[in-house]
Amino acid sequence: MAHEHDHDDRDDHGSELSEMQLRVRALETVLAEKGYIDPAAIDAIIEAYETKVGPHIGARVVAKAWSDPAFKRALLEHASQAVLALGLLNRVGDHLIAVENTPKLHNMIVCTLCSCYPWEVLGLPPVWYKSAPYRSRAVNDPRGVLNDFGVTLPAGTDIRVWDSTAETRFIVLPMRPSGTEGWSEEKLAALVTRDCMIGTGLPKQAREIA
Amino acid sequence: MNGLHDMGGMHGFGRVEPEPNEPVFHAEWEGHTLAITRAMGYTGVWTIDQTRAGIEELPPDIYLSSSYYKKWALRLEKLVVALGLAGADELKAGHASQPGKTLKRKLTVADVPASLTRGSFARPAPSPARFKSGDRVRTKNIHPQTHTRLPRYARGHVGVVEAMRGCHVFPDSSALGAGDNPQWLYTVRFEGRELWGENTDPTLTVSIEAFEPYLEAA
Repeated sequence: MAHEHDHDDRDDHGSELSEMQLRVRALETVLAEKGYIDPAAIDAIIEAYETKVGPHIGARVVAKAWSDPAFKRALLEHASQAVLALGLLNRVGDHLIAVENTPKLHNMIVCTLCSCYPWEVLGLPPVWYKSAPYRSRAVNDPRGVLNDFGVTLPAGTDIRVWDSTAETRFIVLPMRPSGTEGWSEEKLAALVTRDCMIGTGLPKQAREIA
Repeated sequence: MNGLHDMGGMHGFGRVEPEPNEPVFHAEWEGHTLAITRAMGYTGVWTIDQTRAGIEELPPDIYLSSSYYKKWALRLEKLVVALGLAGADELKAGHASQPGKTLKRKLTVADVPASLTRGSFARPAPSPARFKSGDRVRTKNIHPQTHTRLPRYARGHVGVVEAMRGCHVFPDSSALGAGDNPQWLYTVRFEGRELWGENTDPTLTVSIEAFEPYLEAA
């Protein structure tokens, strides 16, 4: 779905390596020497975001919703409680909201003011989600944004953009692809991309992983 | 504040460029910047709204030209100095020359799993909600110089209350260190044409999460 791109001209995104490495190291050293932070806890947070928290969690939530109508109702009613009950996470923040795509409505999530994103179920946001192009255009040209992702919605699909301007967090429940009848939750989860849970993509087609 | 961070509807930033197989962090210092920010937040020295204001108050040229985590690192430096938690001279030297202040708590390795869960921003309601689902509301035409979560593109427009989200910490107050000042929160949905004019895609609707002080009856 995503295009291949040449990234050489992207300032918003590159590593400002040596200077920033030194400055952040100085900051961490001073704050640790002051007794405010524990470097071992810093390393544990980094490890958690690199290895434990990520869109695989959201994918399991979506696959469950595709498989279990009662869970889907619970998810759309109160996503925080439903996700907690699934047992993938020990705790879930209070303000998660799931919004459902239908043949008539496509949902897209943005934070125009900063970078609000459902970290617990999707991990840390990708650079594009936090970038000026996405934040500026999602609210008035979402179909143009979808086009950047190589996605065209079927005719007759309305589009709804959710600007995350408070502590509520949104996850899109995409439509279950056709040709997946009888699939296990595990196999269904392999169809669920990060972008389809943000609304900038669609799930993979059955034939892509079969 | 009417800053560059308030990007909804701006033109000229070009196309969205997804990066295939993007790593979680693009450099080691990015992960450290995120983790230090989380660990300092855990000590209770600032609220999430004060940290957002800290990014918004970066000089506009710095805001636009710095990568995401560079902005976070600049904010950290600024906040720890502004709150007297460390001296600019100490950051420059890379070592503490004065003992630290006593903070409420310190994040340990054992606390990390629980700390990954977002806190609750819901608070007991000091008064009944003014609006209910289905009500027509107009967002106020306000331009506070301090932190607000009402984006410019959604000011002075008529929408419909689609959902009530409970009573939450009010960012506009919390960012000033003025306490929680809890306010009712609503999802307010606007027609795309109401926000962007008659040439807009007629199938577009946009919602914001609007605190009650941003709204009046319409």
